[in-house]
Amino acid sequence: MLIKKPADIASSEITPRGLYLSRRAFLRGAAIAGATTLGGGLLGKLASPWEQASAGTKIDGIQKSNFSTNEKITPYKDVTHYNNYYEFSTDKEGPAGLAKNFRTRPWTVKIEGLVSKKKTLDVDSIMKLASPEERIYRHRCVEGWSIVVPWVGFSLSTLLKQVEPLGKAKFVEFTTVYDPSQMPGQRERVLEWPYVEGLRLDEAMHPLTFLCFGMYGEVLPNQDGAPLRLVVPWKYGFKSAKAIVKIAFTEKQPINTWNKATPNEYGFYSNVNPNVDHPRWSQARERRLGEFSKRPTLMFNGYGDQVASLYSGMDLKRYF
Amino acid sequence: MRWLKIVIFLACLGPLIRLAWKAYSGGLGANPIEFITHSTGDWTLIFLCVTLGVTPLRRLTKQYWLIRLRRMFGLFAFFYAALHFTTYIWLDKFFDLHEMIKDVSKRPFITAGFTAFLLLVPLAVTSSSGWIRRLGGKRWNLLHRLIYVSAIAAVIHYLWLVKADLTKPLRYAAVVGVLLGYRILAWSVPLIRSKKPALFPGKRAEVPEG
Repeated sequence: MLIKKPADIASSEITPRGLYLSRRAFLRGAAIAGATTLGGGLLGKLASPWEQASAGTKIDGIQKSNFSTNEKITPYKDVTHYNNYYEFSTDKEGPAGLAKNFRTRPWTVKIEGLVSKKKTLDVDSIMKLASPEERIYRHRCVEGWSIVVPWVGFSLSTLLKQVEPLGKAKFVEFTTVYDPSQMPGQRERVLEWPYVEGLRLDEAMHPLTFLCFGMYGEVLPNQDGAPLRLVVPWKYGFKSAKAIVKIAFTEKQPINTWNKATPNEYGFYSNVNPNVDHPRWSQARERRLGEFSKRPTLMFNGYGDQVASLYSGMDLKRYF
Repeated sequence: MRWLKIVIFLACLGPLIRLAWKAYSGGLGANPIEFITHSTGDWTLIFLCVTLGVTPLRRLTKQYWLIRLRRMFGLFAFFYAALHFTTYIWLDKFFDLHEMIKDVSKRPFITAGFTAFLLLVPLAVTSSSGWIRRLGGKRWNLLHRLIYVSAIAAVIHYLWLVKADLTKPLRYAAVVGVLLGYRILAWSVPLIRSKKPALFPGKRAEVPEG
């Protein structure tokens, strides 16, 4: 059988980003660009924030980060057309189309629970809390594939410090938006909606834990979790909740959605661990998208130097 | 008949041609190997269902000539199963025998899939007219009932492998259920009928037909 090995493509050969944009977003971008030139920016400023924040909009002033890997970045097209986003579809090719018209503005995030300053923040004001950073992280799905993505955002701790967690707070719970009218997958009872994820407070405050609103230098596409998502690079992908509307500080360990669905398969911690298999498949190796052979999976997805100390003395087979 | 067979043969190759074309034109998506694995698995199940559908269809429609297509459908089920299995041992395990043995013994969904495939091997081998003669119709028929077990194992293989959305495997389960259910009915109805007279030996003539 004929199987074409995906060729290594030089970045200069990659189709310009504009061609991947939806026609609508492209035209909108072109209109804004045109208006900006003609009207000295006046019309551009009048455009609603929703339009300004659509995927494909460049994010200015992005800082580089020492946490970034120098591994080959996965093509943008793969990261935007191979998505596990069950709120839209259980098919990986589904979310790209189904999320096209998902409204990401207006959008607020409620921060509540065991904090001294409960807050409801607008996503645009959250994005201004710190200058945007680019973090090129490995991202390992529990299914056995992986990608390398240049995320844009800043450490989650920047946001969490704003609300001054109380001493009693031990965990942080993240809730994804519930809106079946916009998210067709939520009309099916595949999982219990809304999607809930959680981290221990020290995990949430860890500098690697990333609050993300962009990738590839641009505003996050809807199918990748816009407008605001979590990225926890040493844990399986499903821990990185998308389209977050609520962050709650709790004393008790949150029950995350996948853990609730299949407790023996998906734990609370879900750290990437080649030595602890999923009951139904091995986690020892992974397929990096674009590569032919499988590569060995690294402990904590290769972030052991930074995060192993969080789990010292813990039996990771038991707390999987 | 001959031309019909050729046309159907080519149609059955369609899924493979489609895969080859997609591989050539770069249309297999972000994870081509996963695409190939899923596609060959799907077509194995589809051909198993088609093969199992021949007998009910020819009896219900009285189109008895359909039997002459059954061997081809069955062999295509085996063909796609072999491709599916090859994808697994080559593109997933890279011929690492140790890994494979571990997988087959440790992962129930692999065990089920492997069983489904193994059961098809003797059926493919004995599919020729020569083997039908050598075994004799009765024994041959009995042996080829293994396809029932294989189809059930194949559906279980799919059911056990998905993460949360059971829709697709349940669709196959429903089809296989109906096709096997038909056989249970077809066997048991005459059995029940033939037993009834035995219960009332003296009133045999009074048992109504149908």
